Amino acid sequence: MAAPGTAGDAARWRHYTLAPAVAVYLALTLLPIANLLVMSVHDIRWEQGAAQWSFAGLKHFAALGRDQLFRDGLANTALFAVSAVSAEMVLGFFLALFASRVVRARVLYRAVFLLPILIPGIVIGAIWKLAYNPDFGIINQVLGLVGLPGKDWLGEKTLAFASVVVVDIWHWTPFVFLLLLAALESLPQDVYEAARIDGASAWQELRYVTLPMMLPAIVVTAVFRLIVSFKVFDEVYLLTGGGPGTATEVLSFTIYRRFFTEDRMGYGSAMSVVVLFLLALAIVLALAAARRRREEA
Amino acid sequence: MVGTRAASLGMHAVLALAAAVVIFPVAWIALAAFKTQIALLRGDAFFTPVWSNFDELLFSRSSDYLADFGNSLFIAAVSTALVLAVATPAAYSLHRLGWPRWVPAAVLGWSLVFHMLPPITMVGPWYVMFRSLGLDNTYTGLVAAHLALNLPIGIWLLSVFVREIPVELEEAARVDGCTTPQMLWRIVVPLVAPGLAATAVICFVFSWNEFAVALNLTAKQTATVPVAIAKFAQEYEIKHGVMAAGAVLSAIPAILLLLAAQRHIVKGLTAGAVK
Repeated sequence: MAAPGTAGDAARWRHYTLAPAVAVYLALTLLPIANLLVMSVHDIRWEQGAAQWSFAGLKHFAALGRDQLFRDGLANTALFAVSAVSAEMVLGFFLALFASRVVRARVLYRAVFLLPILIPGIVIGAIWKLAYNPDFGIINQVLGLVGLPGKDWLGEKTLAFASVVVVDIWHWTPFVFLLLLAALESLPQDVYEAARIDGASAWQELRYVTLPMMLPAIVVTAVFRLIVSFKVFDEVYLLTGGGPGTATEVLSFTIYRRFFTEDRMGYGSAMSVVVLFLLALAIVLALAAARRRREEA
Repeated sequence: MVGTRAASLGMHAVLALAAAVVIFPVAWIALAAFKTQIALLRGDAFFTPVWSNFDELLFSRSSDYLADFGNSLFIAAVSTALVLAVATPAAYSLHRLGWPRWVPAAVLGWSLVFHMLPPITMVGPWYVMFRSLGLDNTYTGLVAAHLALNLPIGIWLLSVFVREIPVELEEAARVDGCTTPQMLWRIVVPLVAPGLAATAVICFVFSWNEFAVALNLTAKQTATVPVAIAKFAQEYEIKHGVMAAGAVLSAIPAILLLLAAQRHIVKGLTAGAVK
């Protein structure tokens, strides 16, 4: 046994300190993912609390291509991610830029913008379900005050999709704001002084100083948000349940529906496998691109 | 300087407008919680506040809200404590105990990837695993799931703080004969205390807010607050006022933490993302 304070002691404790985290990852993330792969080639039934597995081959994967709901979910989620995240990036960037320029009340703005990040997604769904209500929702009330006709915000297909995107923008713009504000605050200030001495206008300063320096942070935030927006579930669950029709069907919701509501576990697993694979691929590509950038810089 | 003053006013105006857009829906639902169903349906701007929604939410026999609130507190507290207990030694180990480079790369890389994957894809295998072990609809199952979901954030955040500890301090402690557990407990933990606070707050809030997993791994006795609120919204005749009251109460922990630990939360949410 190694004496305390020696290299041998450190080597032993190196394993003890990391072991719990590795055990959690093995038991609760990697093993379930392996299990997911096995489930995706089986039909699973529950009989008296025990799972009955029967081999199904690749039939679930073949069925995926014919599943209209899955195709709609895929298309909707992609459109949802792109439209919500681009709006969040633009709004978040300008709000962060403005907040970085004002001295007074910056702390207050930051506190207010933390609110949507901290309240439960399901509560955000509840808030907007009330606000969108065609009969007494605040949105139609305000429209009524200025003499405009109200709308059934969650009842028509295109409108419902847009309404869900708006909720996501409300939810996540503050997050983009926080990240970009932190990045703006860490920019070197002498560059700005130099630009001002050279007589740069506010626009030129933004275009030739701020944007180039902020580009890495902007790209990282956008890619992160794009991938993470595939998680969207809570708000859709409460606001529309994927409807009307399949207008707001997103992938998370399709998986939930197939797996739990319809009790088709093998098929739901196959869907999860495809989604996990696509997202993991996107993440690895994004990380590799980020690494190459860093090495070039 | 007239131009800059006008610009500053303009920026304040835009920021104030955005802040209003954030606050308004929240304030409106908070007011709705004190309205009768009739006042709510009529859209009265002025109304006599009533407690009936909270009464029904907390004390009616058809509502499990109080019990669910307790479930949420328990699950969030236990899973957060576990995340800190597992992530602190792990973060220290990865950065300071001389692992070959691929080990921290693999653990931190998997943390990042797993954090970005949709939890709903994991719920299926968790459900099958827990049900086979007899852990479906138990606290243990959901605590384990929340531990797995929040451990990546814990390891990442604490890594940021552990890396800020000066190496000289540890070398001095080693020379004085400090063992690794002593080092962890007497030097690392006190020095990363702000990081522990930030991580704890964020993990607690994430667990408290989490819905997709809780929906599928809990039943009536173990349901959490988000599951309870979703149930209100899905009844055939939605009691909007009661749902609003449930939403307001469920936001209280988040708002308390926001007031108490704003600085920690901002540091936690942005740590590692900037550098």
